[in-house]
Amino acid sequence: MNLDFTPEEQAFREEVRAFIEENYPKHLGDVGLREDLSREDFLAWHKILGEKGWSVPAWPEQYGGTGWTPTQRYIWSEENARVNAIMPLPFGVSMVGPVIYTFGSEEQKARHLPGIRSGEVWWCQGYSEPGAGSDLASLKTTAVRDGDHYVINGQKTWTTLAQYADWGFFLCRTDTDAAKPQEGISFILVDMKTPGVEVKPIKLLDGGYEVNETWLTDVRVPVENLVGEENKGWTYAKFLLAHERSGIAGVARSKRGVEKLREIAANETVDGEPLIEDFEFARKVSQLEIDLAALEITELRTLAGEQAGKGPGPESSILKIKGTEIQQRLTELTLEAVGSYAAPYYHSVANDTGSNEYPVGPDYSAHAAETYFNMRKTSIYGGSNEIQRNIITKMILGL
Amino acid sequence: MDFNFTEEQDMVRDGLSRLVREQYDWETRREAIASDAGWRPEIWAQLAELGILGMPFSEEVGGFGGGAIDAMIVMEEFGKGLVVEPFVPTVVCAGGFLKHAGSDAQREEHLSAIIDGSRVFAFAYAEPRGRYNYADLETTAKKDGDGYVLSGHKAVVIGAPWASHLVVTARTGGGRRDAEGVSVFIVDKSADGVTTRDYETVDGRRASEVYFENVSVPADALIGEEGVALPLIEQVTDEAIAAHCAEACGAMKVAHAMTLEYSKQRKQFGVPIGKFQVLQHRMVDMYTAYETAVSLTYLATIKLDAGEKERKRAASAAKVGVGQSARFIGQEAVQIHGGNGVTDEYAIGHYFKRLTIFESEFGSVDHHLKRHVSLA
Repeated sequence: MNLDFTPEEQAFREEVRAFIEENYPKHLGDVGLREDLSREDFLAWHKILGEKGWSVPAWPEQYGGTGWTPTQRYIWSEENARVNAIMPLPFGVSMVGPVIYTFGSEEQKARHLPGIRSGEVWWCQGYSEPGAGSDLASLKTTAVRDGDHYVINGQKTWTTLAQYADWGFFLCRTDTDAAKPQEGISFILVDMKTPGVEVKPIKLLDGGYEVNETWLTDVRVPVENLVGEENKGWTYAKFLLAHERSGIAGVARSKRGVEKLREIAANETVDGEPLIEDFEFARKVSQLEIDLAALEITELRTLAGEQAGKGPGPESSILKIKGTEIQQRLTELTLEAVGSYAAPYYHSVANDTGSNEYPVGPDYSAHAAETYFNMRKTSIYGGSNEIQRNIITKMILGL
Repeated sequence: MDFNFTEEQDMVRDGLSRLVREQYDWETRREAIASDAGWRPEIWAQLAELGILGMPFSEEVGGFGGGAIDAMIVMEEFGKGLVVEPFVPTVVCAGGFLKHAGSDAQREEHLSAIIDGSRVFAFAYAEPRGRYNYADLETTAKKDGDGYVLSGHKAVVIGAPWASHLVVTARTGGGRRDAEGVSVFIVDKSADGVTTRDYETVDGRRASEVYFENVSVPADALIGEEGVALPLIEQVTDEAIAAHCAEACGAMKVAHAMTLEYSKQRKQFGVPIGKFQVLQHRMVDMYTAYETAVSLTYLATIKLDAGEKERKRAASAAKVGVGQSARFIGQEAVQIHGGNGVTDEYAIGHYFKRLTIFESEFGSVDHHLKRHVSLA
């Protein structure tokens, strides 16, 4: 047992670091709030990686994957976190892409995978509904067969960044008489420009617009947009959620976050001394680092399992729970570090001058509160942390 | 021992509760905080009319002879409705300085204007580099003839955009962070050399960065004695802490009630989510956190008139305990509301935001734990 990287892995790290340094868009170097990004900003790095052939490392090579080992992919995410890179969004790359290449038809693979790889096509996820959150299987959106079309009616919610989406993947009920709610759900791809699709923004408590309500009224979708078999959508949805969870730990990003926190705490002062030398505060930063080290090794153990051929299993729920707790804790400590400057509302100050120039408080304080508020979502989304505990209870503890 | 309120206090609570319920409903509040003004002067006028703004002052100065317990009642009711109007800066802080150390002339000039609602104050104590140490001051007041000249930058002055006058802490002597050499002034915001940068705060209030560039003030702008104001500042800020703790208790009570209600309405897996024991126990823990916060708020409020050390220990204990409860209840309330908890539309997110910023006002949990240790 050891934690060393092989010489080949070291060489790989140097190669990708050099590539990132040379090619990562300079103007994205200092992004504060993700919600201030334009569509082009979100896609800039994705498109560069698409050309390089590195946009979908985890995919099988026949569909454009890099063939990297899980350890190499881990190094890749670490190196991107070093520059706080705006990574390709998960909706195409980590969610619908794997569903399509695993369960989709050859036509679907040919039609959709290239656009996901290149970053030309933006995808969104139509899963949750106002009445179906943690209990996703109770969803009510229906898709009724009419000749060679499905007619979809219903309302989805929390559709992240749907305002930019070209396509969406939707869970719809195709059999309302099924014995169990999980049976009778289908996985359908929808062109967001289809008449009857309406996206309405939801304002969040941090003032931003990251998610939407998506209304579907008599939306006619060709039957060839059904993925896999009719009424088997729940199987694909679960497959997708397990993939989503394994990326959700955000270890590399949190490591960068701790470094940033240390920089902030070195600049802030308590009675003239740097905050980072204040024992109470330093203790909390160390505690966070310890929790993060535990998470990192746990993730590496999971990756090693994957390398040995075991897919992401229910233990990925540990990564989701601990990963999001750490991400949230990081934002709490940042908020504590900035003191009184937690209070100014960035959006109002920015709008006031008509620019993003932020003259109130130090730069790093500008987003502290908004980020803290925004990150409360992480223990709710992707299957709330309560649901993750239920998964462990059932699948691992066998209770 | 008596934890009962007087009949008058019950009446005040009922009256305020009605005012908040009838005139401070959620939509009205939302419109008000989004308006250019950001607050409702007509509510302020009503508070004056009802005697709320004069409650903690003695009858000799035109008040109603109440005290800290009355201020606690007011702030608890304000917390329930997330009232933004500047009761703490104006009545508790400016009023407190005047009450404890103002000259007869200063009281005459300012207190009656506070009580009748015509004069609104903000308290400019925080500085960009001072964190929670009231003596860590870069703002200076230099003696100039009979008066003083103020220079410096005050950070995140809550309610300053609404205020006509500021209470300002400044160094008149000694070195930075020395206990000696701290003084308190009343400054007309329209004085030459005062500039402000106004903005919204994340919890729906307004604040300013306030810059003083060679601002001349007369000798009678000084409150109390020159250079020895630190104990006075600690007294007044302990009063402000007790008041804000009461506000946080009001906000926590509503946040808990909303969460409980939501857990009864929201159904998943065919049952109200409040039927799940995991959530039941968390709501029990929220309830316990709320009740202990109320207890510490009572303690801090009652001890405001005790000896200095006792008062400080109680205020710090409350700021620690209520701060911890506020964070816990705010976070859990959002979590149990699920996705709805992180929207702007649901009120719960706004209670969470107010409870968050409460933690950073007049000293964080860590700061007051240390202060408590130092007074052991």
